[in-house]
Amino acid sequence: MKLDSIEARRYIARKLKQRKALDKIFHGIVFLATMVGVVFLAVLLTKILRDGLGNLNWNFLTSFPSRFPSKAGILTALVGSVWIISLTILIALPIGVGTAIYLEEYANKRSKFYNLLVVNIANLAGVPAIVYGMLGLMVFVRLLQFGNSILSGAFTLSLLILPVIIVASQEAIKAVPSSLREASFALGASKWQTVGRVVLPYAIPGILTGAILAISRAMGEAAPLIMVGGAGYVGFLPDSPMDVFSALPLQIYNWTSRPQTEFQNVAAAGIIVLLALLLTLNAIAVFIRNKYSYRMD
Amino acid sequence: MKRNMKKTTIVLALAALLGLGACSTTKKLEGNIAIDGSSTVYPVTEAVAEEFNAQYPDVKVSVGFSGTGGGMSKFIAKEIDIANASRKIKSSEAEAATAAGIEYLEIKVGFDGLSILVNPENDWVTSLTVEQLKEMWKPGSTIMNWSDIDPTWPNEKIVFYAPGVDSGTFDYFTEAIVGELDAMRSDYTGSEDDNVLVQGIAGDKYAIGFFGFAYYEENADKLKLVGVDKGAGAVVPSFETIANGTYAPLSRPLYIYVNKASLEREEVLEFVTFYLENAKELVADVGYVPLPDADYEASLELLK
Repeated sequence: MKLDSIEARRYIARKLKQRKALDKIFHGIVFLATMVGVVFLAVLLTKILRDGLGNLNWNFLTSFPSRFPSKAGILTALVGSVWIISLTILIALPIGVGTAIYLEEYANKRSKFYNLLVVNIANLAGVPAIVYGMLGLMVFVRLLQFGNSILSGAFTLSLLILPVIIVASQEAIKAVPSSLREASFALGASKWQTVGRVVLPYAIPGILTGAILAISRAMGEAAPLIMVGGAGYVGFLPDSPMDVFSALPLQIYNWTSRPQTEFQNVAAAGIIVLLALLLTLNAIAVFIRNKYSYRMD
Repeated sequence: MKRNMKKTTIVLALAALLGLGACSTTKKLEGNIAIDGSSTVYPVTEAVAEEFNAQYPDVKVSVGFSGTGGGMSKFIAKEIDIANASRKIKSSEAEAATAAGIEYLEIKVGFDGLSILVNPENDWVTSLTVEQLKEMWKPGSTIMNWSDIDPTWPNEKIVFYAPGVDSGTFDYFTEAIVGELDAMRSDYTGSEDDNVLVQGIAGDKYAIGFFGFAYYEENADKLKLVGVDKGAGAVVPSFETIANGTYAPLSRPLYIYVNKASLEREEVLEFVTFYLENAKELVADVGYVPLPDADYEASLELLK
């Protein structure tokens, strides 16, 4: 059979058609896979927006909790969440990034100690949140005497998200080309200068991606905060990290479990506030990330 | 002229004094009151705290809902002043409190009627005896189909729904019906969120479950109440039968436990007094059943 014979051309055309069809099918499958998540999210969002938007107004944002669904507000929970998340970022980010720098840049990767550390950190990422709650209650509330305070909550959530931040930061640091490090050393920079001025700035976009995921998780956690004494009703705003607190997921959980159906709609309004806070924080992180990625180009 | 001014000053000073006197009749209280415990009692205490703060805005009240057991553990660790409880304190908890040097007051604040519910399409069950309930729910129960209870009932599988094992509701039901704390057949659907149980029973003709009366009241159109027969005829839960105790043994009292050392603090004493003085109205507001007036008065006497 000659290559340019009619049969050969037909054969090639048929094969090509088959391959293109297969390609289209695969395209369809991965598109469907993407849509599963998107459709569920859209359904969820529509339901929440429909139930919640009616209850979302200035009064809702500036009122204390109440037994009347129409008077119930989210102020203490919102302020509590902002306090806790800010502190959690301040605690977890430096410790997490510090650990990743040590593991990637300083530790002897062939030592047993290094393996022990890495395996344990990876395992910690799989520990259920409630276990961190019990740990927080024993260590921060009771042993260190922080009490039922914002500080206890923030430390507990920090522990919860540390593994995610460490692993993401490690990956980001690993991805920095070693040619950059070598160039820095060649210019006479010390290890510390290289890490601080070359490696970290290059790794920041990756670190921030991990941080976004971690902090989003921390913001939605209710169980560990209930364990360390987070309250549903708090009739005042915190003055210091030692004050007792409420948080958005606690208040939402409380409202969804109330018998009165009106509270379900109040809960939906609470979820919108939580989503808005989450998106704001993520937007800030994305902004910083883009700024750094641009500089690297 | 000068004399006049002096007079005016004296009059003004007197007026000011009187004014101050008038002010001091409504006490100005400050301080912290930490409360935690049962999520069933939470709405009552939240309502009390809301009204209390309207009158005393400078008292920092916080109310958590870590469950009766969680609240008791914090109460024993002296982390809170008041523990909400949807069951009586366990003897092990009472011993731990005594060992920690805590003296406490047990105060009943209202009733919740644990209600047995089925689907509205269920037209065969109107009441069950305590004995039948026990046979159905006890560990290792052999009752699988409705016809296992009464041969005239449908030969269909019963679907069981029950609250989460950490809740006081679960504790109380197992103790009152099965006769042993936390003893329950294992093939049931459990949820910490009673609204999930409501949805489950409302969507399944052959379902049965139990939870607080307040959840039935809000969903009365989707559920059917089952009367409970203790041997003296079936009684259906209602505000009357729960309050007067004829709905037995599933009418359960709600408690607050107050640390006596905390009661020495004026704001805590005022809070508990306020609680008892307003409980009748607030307990009903959130869907529970108030105690007879005499009980609240008796508790107020205890505080003195």
